[in-house]
Order: sequence, then C-alpha cells, then structure tokens
Amino acid sequence: MSERVAVRKTYKLFIGGKFPRSESGRSYLVQSSNVSLASRKDARDAVVAARAAVKGWAGATAYNRGQILYRAAEMLEGRRAQFVALGVPGDEVDAAVDRWVWYAGWADKLAQVYGGANPVAGPYFNISAPEPTGVIAVVAPERPALLGLVSVIAPAIVTGNTVVVAASPSEPLAAVTLAEVLATSDLPGGVVNILTGAITETVPALAAHMDVNAIDLTGVIDTALATDLEVKAAENLKRVLRPASADHDWFADPGLARMTALLETKTVWHPKGV
Amino acid sequence: MFEYAPAPESRSVVDLKPSYGLFIDGAFVDPTDGDSFKSINPASEEVLAEIAEAGASDVERAVRAARKAYDKVWGPMPGRDRAKYLYRIARLIQERSRELAVLESLDNGKPIRESRDVDLPLVAAHFFYYAGWADKLEHAGFGGNPRPIGVAAQVIPWNFPLLMLAWKIAPALAAGNTVVLKPAETTSLTALLFAEICQQADLPPGVVNIVTGAGDTGRALVEHPGVDKVAFTGSTDVGRAIARSVAGTRKKLTLELGGKAANIVFDDAPIDQAVEGIVNGIFFNQGHVCCAGSRLLVQENVADRVLESLKRRMAQLRVGDPLDKNTDVGAINSAAQLERIRELSDAGSAEGAERWSPPCELPDRGFWFAPTIFTGVTQAHRIAREEIFGPVLSVLTFRTPAEAVEKANNTPYGLSAGIWTDKGSRILWMADRLRAGVVWANTFNKFDPTSPFGGYKESGYGREGGRHGLEAYLNV
Amino acid sequence: MTATTTSARSELSELGRSETALRTFLHGLPGVDQVGAEQRAAQLGTRSIKTTAKAQAIDLAIRMVDLTTLEGADTPGKVRALAAKALRPDPADPSCPHVGAVCVYPAMVPYVAEVLRGSGVHLASVATAFPSGQAPLEIKLADTRAAVAAGADEIDMVINRGAFLAGRYKEVYDEIVATKEASGDAHLKVILETGELATYDNVRRASWLAMLAGGDFIKTSTGKVPITATLPVTLVMLEAVRDFREATGRQVGVKPAGGIKTTKDAIKYLVLVNETVGTDWLDPDWFRFGASSLLNDLLMQRTKLTTGTYSGPDYFTLD
Repeated sequence: MSERVAVRKTYKLFIGGKFPRSESGRSYLVQSSNVSLASRKDARDAVVAARAAVKGWAGATAYNRGQILYRAAEMLEGRRAQFVALGVPGDEVDAAVDRWVWYAGWADKLAQVYGGANPVAGPYFNISAPEPTGVIAVVAPERPALLGLVSVIAPAIVTGNTVVVAASPSEPLAAVTLAEVLATSDLPGGVVNILTGAITETVPALAAHMDVNAIDLTGVIDTALATDLEVKAAENLKRVLRPASADHDWFADPGLARMTALLETKTVWHPKGV
Repeated sequence: MFEYAPAPESRSVVDLKPSYGLFIDGAFVDPTDGDSFKSINPASEEVLAEIAEAGASDVERAVRAARKAYDKVWGPMPGRDRAKYLYRIARLIQERSRELAVLESLDNGKPIRESRDVDLPLVAAHFFYYAGWADKLEHAGFGGNPRPIGVAAQVIPWNFPLLMLAWKIAPALAAGNTVVLKPAETTSLTALLFAEICQQADLPPGVVNIVTGAGDTGRALVEHPGVDKVAFTGSTDVGRAIARSVAGTRKKLTLELGGKAANIVFDDAPIDQAVEGIVNGIFFNQGHVCCAGSRLLVQENVADRVLESLKRRMAQLRVGDPLDKNTDVGAINSAAQLERIRELSDAGSAEGAERWSPPCELPDRGFWFAPTIFTGVTQAHRIAREEIFGPVLSVLTFRTPAEAVEKANNTPYGLSAGIWTDKGSRILWMADRLRAGVVWANTFNKFDPTSPFGGYKESGYGREGGRHGLEAYLNV
Repeated sequence: MTATTTSARSELSELGRSETALRTFLHGLPGVDQVGAEQRAAQLGTRSIKTTAKAQAIDLAIRMVDLTTLEGADTPGKVRALAAKALRPDPADPSCPHVGAVCVYPAMVPYVAEVLRGSGVHLASVATAFPSGQAPLEIKLADTRAAVAAGADEIDMVINRGAFLAGRYKEVYDEIVATKEASGDAHLKVILETGELATYDNVRRASWLAMLAGGDFIKTSTGKVPITATLPVTLVMLEAVRDFREATGRQVGVKPAGGIKTTKDAIKYLVLVNETVGTDWLDPDWFRFGASSLLNDLLMQRTKLTTGTYSGPDYFTLD
C-alpha cells in the first residue's frame, strides 16, 4: 500500500470571520507554505469588518465576552500539538493558553477595578466606567509568534474592542492557526482580523486610516517606521501604544496596562433629588 | 421695571505690576532676549501688563530648573511632604480667592460671578484633592510602586486659565513630577500670581516654572528633549501637531481637545431645568468651553415649546462688564476669537439656518458677541460640525432615541454630551451609547476634582481629575 | 386673548369634571428636577442689588407685604395697632408707602376693617379652618362667608393636603371652586402648604390644580408648619403661573409666606420674580409677601438708604 498523500493547509488571511486570500493574489513562502501577502486593500477590508463587529461585541455582556475568550483557551489547548508541530515550543503554547484564561477572567472585573463611583462635592450620582476604544490596529511582536500574538489580541478584545492585527511577518503560521482557533470559539466574525505579510505594506494604511481608533505598535522594531506610524496616527488622534522594548519578557505578568491603554473612561453624572 | 444698578466688584484687591518676568527656578527673571507682549482686558481693550515672551533659551533654563528640582528635591521628597506643600497652596488659593477671581475676570473677560463661584472654588478643591494623593500613590490602583515620570511640559488654554493650571499642576506635583507650564498668551496673569503663591508657600525652586509666550514658546517647550511628559489642553489642530511632534520620543502625552457636544432634550424632560441646562451648556463662560453643549438636539414634538422657553430665558441673560456681579455673559477673550465666532456665525446664516439673539446692548469697546441660537440647522451645516467656542448654539431636532444617539455621535469629537429626560432607563440606555467622555444627565457643565474628565476620538486622550488623572503623571 | 388661548382655556375648564381627566393632566405636567430648580434659585440669590435698585426694591417689597398676625392670642387691640402700622409703616417718613394688606383670622376682621376702610390697604383673612383645613366643607365655607361679610376682600384658604396626597384631586378642586364661590368678590389666595407636599412635582401639580379651580393667587404656606416659603418652591410656583397665563391668558398671583424675615430675603424673591415671570408680576396685585417681622427690616434698610446711617430696632414700632 502506498503512503497516504497528506492534505496540506492553505494559509490565508482572517477577515470578518472568513479566510480569504489576499485580494492582490500574492503570497510569500514561509516554512514551505505559501502565506497570503496582504495588501493595503486587505487592510481596509479588515477595518470595515472590524468596525462592523464593534457594535455587537462591545454591546455583548462582559460575562459573554469572558465565556468566549475562555472558549478560545479551550480550543487552543486542544490544538496544542498542531502549534508544536509548527515549531512553537510547548511551554509557549501553555503560556498562551494560560494568558487567554487570565484575560478571559478580566472581562467582568476590569470595570470594577478601573472604574467606580466618584464622591463629588454635590448632590450628584457620579460614576466612571471603562469603555472600549473601538477598532484597534495591532502590530504583533515578531516573536514569540504565538504568545506575543495572544498577549496583544486578548487585552484588546476582552474589553470589547475589535482588532486588525498584523501578524509576525517571519512566523505567520502560528497566527493563521490561531485564527482557526478563534473561528471555532464562538467569537463573532470581525472581532479579530489577522493580516499576514509585510508590515511596511499594511500597517501604514492602518495607521493613517481615519476609522481606526488606536494603534498598538508593539511589534514594530524599526524606529523610523514606528515614528512614521505614530505621526500618521496623529491625524485622527489615535491612541498609540509605542513599540515594546527588545528585551520584553512575554512570559511575565502583563498587568493591566495593555487593557487600560485601549479603553476610554466615560463618566456619567445625574442629580440626586426627589 | 426693576433695573439692577451697577454692582461692580472692586479692582482694588488686585495689585497689577506694569510688567511681569518669567518664573524660573523659584524667581521671576527677565527673558534672555527681552521680548515681551501685552495682556489686555478683553472687556475694555485696556492694557493690563507687559508680559515676558520666553524664547528657546528661556525654555531651556526652565526645563533645566525643573530637572534639577526633580532630581534633587521633589523626586526624592516623601509623599507626605509633597502633600503638605500642595495643601498649603490650596489654602493660599482659598485665602486669596477674591484677588485671583478679580484678576481672572479682568484678564479673561469671564463674569466675576463665574470666576468667584465656579473657577476659584474648583481650583482650590483640585489642589486639595490631589494633595491627599501624594502620599497614597501605591494605593491608587497602579501597582505597588508607581513612579513619577519626570519633567512635565504643560500647555494650557485661555478659557479657564487658573482652573486648567490647577488641573495640570496639582496631579503632576502630587505624583512627584516637576513642571514647566505655559499659560495662553492672552491670559498669563493668574498663572503669574499663582507663581507668587508658590513662593509664598515656600515651594522648592524649580518645582513649578511658568514660561509665558505664544505658540512658539509652547512649541519650544513641548519639543524640548529634556521633557518626559507633555500635557496639552486646547484645539484639536494644535493637539494633532503636538502628537506628531512627540512621535518617536519617550514623552508620554495626554491631550484634552475640542468638542461639539450634543445636549439632547426629550419630550418628557423637566423642561424648566432643561432650559437652564441648555443655557448653562452654551452660554457659561461665553461658550468658551471645550465641553459646551453647542448642539441642541431637541425632540421634534417639543421643539417649539423648548425654543420658546429658551428664547424667553435668553432674554434674561445680562451681557456686559465682567466685573459686575450681576453679569451672566462677559467678554469674548480676544479679537481673534471674536473673528472666528463671527465667521462661523455668518456661515450659519449663509448656509440657511435661522439666526436669533435677544435684544441686547453691547459695550462699544472690547470684544463682545450676543448670545445667539441658530434654528433649522442640519448635520451638514458648518455650525453643526465645527467648534465655534463662543456663545452660539445650533439647534437640531430628532424623532427617536436611536436617531438622537446617531446624530450625537456623528462627529469626530467625543468630549461630552447631555441628556434630559425623566425616564431613568432611557438615560442609562443613552449613556451607554453616547461616545463621549462625560455624560451629564439632567444637568450640564458640572465639574469636580474627583470626577475624571476627557474625551473620546478627536477630543483627545487621557483623563484629568480623579484617580484616573494620576495615571497621566505616573509610570505604571 | 387669542383664539387658541380661548379654546385652551375652555378645554382646561373641562378638566375639573372628572377625576381621571384631572389626574391625567396634572401627571402630564413636566417634572421638576429638584437639584436643578434649587441651583437656579440659589444662583438668582447671588444677584447683587445695590443703591437705586435697592431703594426701588425696598419700597416695592413694603407695598407687597401682607402684614400678618395669626395667633391664638390676637386681640382687637393688637390687630388695630397692626392695621395702623400697615397704613403708616414709618410714621417718621410720610414718603414710605403703605403695605399691601393686613392678614388676620376671621374673628379679627371687623376690627381691622374699621382702621383700613378707604385706605387702599387690602384686608385679607385666612379661612377654611386655617391652618389644617380639617373641617367639614360646610364649616369651611361658612368660615369664608363670615370673613367676607365682616369686610375681608381677600381670602387665604388652605387646600386639603390629605386629599391631595391621597390623589383625590377632584375633591381638592371642588373645595377650591366652592370656596371661590363663597368668597364672592373677594380675591381667593390658595395656600398649597408646600412644606407638606414634599416634592416640587407636587408643588407644580397643586399650583395648576388651584389655578384651574379659579384661585386668584397661589400661596406657599400657612406659616404653621416647620417648612415655609423657600426660593425654589416659589420659583416652581412662578413657572406655573407663567405657563398658566400662556395657556389661558389669565394671570394668577403668587404669595410666598413664612420665613421671609430680612430685606435681603425679600430682594432675592423680587429678583426671582423679575427673572422668571418678568415685570408683569412685580406689582402688589400679583406678588405678596406673607410676613410680619420683614416689614421692620425693610424699614430699617430704607432708613439706611435715605439717611446713610444704620438704624436700630428701637426706632421702629413693634406691634
């Protein structure tokens, strides 16, 4: 009997819950696989999908978002071997699963920690609560490709934002595989959109896009590019997370900063009277 | 008839000097190149004083003084001692509040009733509030070891000169930073009086430095490489330029920019209070308020009634001498601002909106603009989209709550919003959906040091006030 | 009167026929936000009324005083003296105007009437089982008729707060209508006893109810419960008379009573009137103060303005 011929996976983009090829029809070779080389147009399509998903995702209950993120952790755990086969170290996959779980739990707690009643000097009820910023463009760290990616996506979406992520250009396979995890986690289409390819092609379009509310430059290594992106982002006053330092420890406790950087604080006043 | 006789607040509490230097390293000094400009009373165009214009070398001196104070004195100082200095300042402000209020009204043009009853109490309260944080930072929810950032460059606007100074300086100092602050060029005087208060409080030299000047001074300050933190309140255009200029640096940035707030009135609103809220929303401080309720969205089925009440109420507004204790609407801050208000109002008329002002006699000298409303405005009109920053209200109508939300959010700004209805569940439904940093329900233009303030979208980022306001001045 | 207000007026006059219609109407009035109303009143309280404006305000306030004594211990001698003071508040200064009215219990009306006859000072009497209003209707009406017969040209009635708070609006309405009828030509002031109504929403509803039923004046308080007139309550009532005139064309007066003791207080009320309903109400026919000790403070301040020196209580009569 001849050896069974394997069915190979096509690595495509993840936009609006679907897996399209780049509209440009281009791809590039990584670990013997052809990976979609996303274009500026793909980036724009991803923003449209992300914007369309904001209302439902931000409007979902925090409990519901927490459940879905936890579901993603379950799915990720189940595909552990697949990531290991792609070359992701086992302890990194474990850490990525744990990170999803950690962030999942924040969904219905952050507002209590980060918001609250303000004792104003007058007859008013006054309360501040965090709200999602909206559509976030994210440049994932070059590596660790999986843990880094999870560590930038989860804090952005747990609070109700939607993201367009530029995955690690050199190690995109984990990103596309993570997209498959997310696609099977009850995560509504468009909440996470993943672009593979050259950062220099997609991210400037995202940084300049007037319907993107914030940009996370974590994975940008080239300082001139980072500066250029920050300048572009100023056009509509995007919230900017600057690049992470080269020696950033992705296994360490992330703290709240990544979540709170992508939140708005809304304060509501109402008189107290009879 | 019952005519109120003039009731002017006495100017004698204010001891104006003919000229003022820069406040650097605890002392008033002359600018290196000796340039100066005049600060005038916008209600009379009278010159109040000659103000030093800080050049790049003066900014350099100020930043160096702030750095030295940060490294040697203020940074290492225990929080409980920083707190005591801030409490001292709060008390001195309370004690000298009359003097500060009169000077604010003289230099800015705002009614003494507001500088006395709103600005000054809030200024003192802000210092008092943040004083108490100085020795409690590790409990503020930013981790166990929050650290100050360093030297803060702060650029503030002319609409609430002293209040904006307080919003900037109090949290910065409480968190352990030192500051170089640039007041707006038309309203430097109360900042300079504040500098005297710092001296009176024996605040260590260099902790607070005040450099006066216009845009060039501000740019030199913001772009100075020795600055670790930039905080700006002002127009969205300048905010954008600052965001570009700090790109690629390590400077932490917070921006509080423009707004075009919707003040939404439903048919079941407490009408008389809503009318007060509309008036307070747009005519408070001559409408020179970034969070002003400059777009009135009124439910169509009560629009006539609300507008009739509004017009009747507007006819009661007393426009005139800012120092008269009965004045409700004072002078426009500058000739340039008056020009902008006129230009946009003329555009409103040209685009077909209907303009109305109550009969009101304006003084011959100074910069004045009668309270004005435009009806028949649509979202497409410039006066519905651009920030006028003056006593001009654009009135639009809506039919359903969803339409109100849609129109309210249909702007690049997102600073504030107002909701007027007696239905509690509708307030919460609306508040959830309005993309604005502050939502006033059945009230408007309320401020408190404990209450975070700041915008969504192009209204800027970061919050001032409350626990949130500390975050802008800490490495967390 | 325009055609619209005529038809609105006749529509409104139908309301009293049905409990349901009254309730629907009163509960459909716009709400009052307590904090907002109190802030507006407080803000107007910061107006600074000086020199000529103050002199004008003081004389106007004197003319608006309903000089009141409502004590169990009132005697003919006491009320005669009060009436004499009403005519010439400051015997040393003939330019000082007389007050608006003298307000006494029905039994005291004849003694006051003797003094006031032909003076232009009105004679008000409380009636309708003042201050509680807790008596059978026939007795309240008899009380009213007796006061009018004895010479009162103004009747200060109390509404049935128990019925109002229990939601029996028609009962309250009918009582006011009956009292108005019993008052004949006398002006009817309807005391809402706002201190017992608990909310500004109720104050607004009670104001409308009193006006719909034909009251010529709405008055805050009897002075016999702990909470008497306040600026925000008066503000809400002024808004009600303003809106009522707009709807019907009929002007109704307002009388805050109780707790107004100083010139400063009185001037705050005048500012409130001026900036809420305007000069149409700045007249003793349309605005009164129910007060007793206020008058002497007004006189002292008046003397200060005319002579430039501060006076003292020894120089004004205590009656």
